[in-house]
Amino acid sequence: MNHRSYAAPGTLAEALDLLAERPGTRPVAGGTDLVVAARGGKAPLPGSLLALHRIDELRGLYADDAGLTIGAGTSHATLTTDPAVRDRWSALSDASALVGSPATRATGTLGGNLMNASPAMDTGSPLLVLGARIGLRRAGGHRTLPVERFLTGPGRTAAAPDELLTEVTVPAPAPRSGSAYVRLEHRRAMEIAVVGAAAAVTLDPDGRFVAAAVALTAVAPTCLLVPGIGDLLAGRHPDPVALALAGATARASVRPISDVRAGAGYRAAMVAVLVGRALTAAAGRARNAPHIPAGRTA
Amino acid sequence: MTPVPVVLTANGVRSALDLDPHRTLLSVLRTELGITGPKEGCDDSECGACMVLLDGDPVNACSYLAVQADGRAVTTVEGIGTADSPAPVQRALLEAGGVQCGFCTPGMVVSATALLDRVPEPDEDDVRVALAGNLCRCTGYQKIIEAVLDAAGNRNPAG
Repeated sequence: MNHRSYAAPGTLAEALDLLAERPGTRPVAGGTDLVVAARGGKAPLPGSLLALHRIDELRGLYADDAGLTIGAGTSHATLTTDPAVRDRWSALSDASALVGSPATRATGTLGGNLMNASPAMDTGSPLLVLGARIGLRRAGGHRTLPVERFLTGPGRTAAAPDELLTEVTVPAPAPRSGSAYVRLEHRRAMEIAVVGAAAAVTLDPDGRFVAAAVALTAVAPTCLLVPGIGDLLAGRHPDPVALALAGATARASVRPISDVRAGAGYRAAMVAVLVGRALTAAAGRARNAPHIPAGRTA
Repeated sequence: MTPVPVVLTANGVRSALDLDPHRTLLSVLRTELGITGPKEGCDDSECGACMVLLDGDPVNACSYLAVQADGRAVTTVEGIGTADSPAPVQRALLEAGGVQCGFCTPGMVVSATALLDRVPEPDEDDVRVALAGNLCRCTGYQKIIEAVLDAAGNRNPAG
């Protein structure tokens, strides 16, 4: 009970000043990881809390021809239902739709999901294949870095203690592009990925891959962008041979662990299956059918 | 510990409180305000028995900091209907046999209300997704799903 403090500023500038002035302060957005972990006995709540929910500058998203900018305080519910995100950055919408329950999605934010940096986080792999950059701000400074350099380990990020994740930017997809995120899960709610896979592809007019990227969830210390997928698939149709090649390459890149949800061997074996499903769904959407459902595979 | 002054508006009633910033919304509702409809089940955001609306959005009150509800509108099952004047979804739950022990029911009513406020004519999949964060160990869910669909019909007789 000794040094508990709480602030809920209304502006970003005030929040950044507080982070600089009070070392050890922990930002809290929806609390769906931080407070839940404390209730479950995993880690006590930090003494100094900085609530972000009143800061309008952190909320909302903006899409135009250049791409998408998402405020870190944007909820999963918004990312699930926003028509621009669903049509043009579908993998991210797929992922947000799978997070927790309706309450988790209404309260939990994209910035919180990223800062919690679970290897099983759902939005990580979509952001990797979509080429997202993470914006970090401190009093008097701002930098951006690619999401693959931001996620550094389980529960670890490249953000310094006085930096706040303020926005995520995602470039606009090329014509004939599609993306998808699929997850293997034991049940349809309050679930954490056994294995997840995201794919983003661009096809030529004949339906061959021009560009492709695959990322994996819950099979490495962080969400993992699989190297070499673009070169491997370029010029190929999304047929079973191409999907099997991509699956084998993905499987060779993983370092899964065994835990309560699955054994390491099972996770590795499922990687190729999930990669095939993600690429198939992404290619289907690239052929001008953005509303093909993806996401649930159990 | 410095207590934080907070104004909570629960079911339309404003209360000024000085709170330990680590208190959960559920604990404050139940022990400071005497609003016991929201239940403590898992205390871990899994079961949904503590579900309340915060400015209309569903939230697990067991895992939400009460201080973050400062200045916002909290709606619990007590604010949705009463024994004398139940909301359509409450009446439908009774009629369909969607209530057995009753422990999950306040949370179910709150989650169903959040859905029906946004999607007045849900299909079965909408209802299943909306109630996905609410566990029931008695009914097997089917009668609860049917009750929410029935309530939607009651709300929209033309639909």
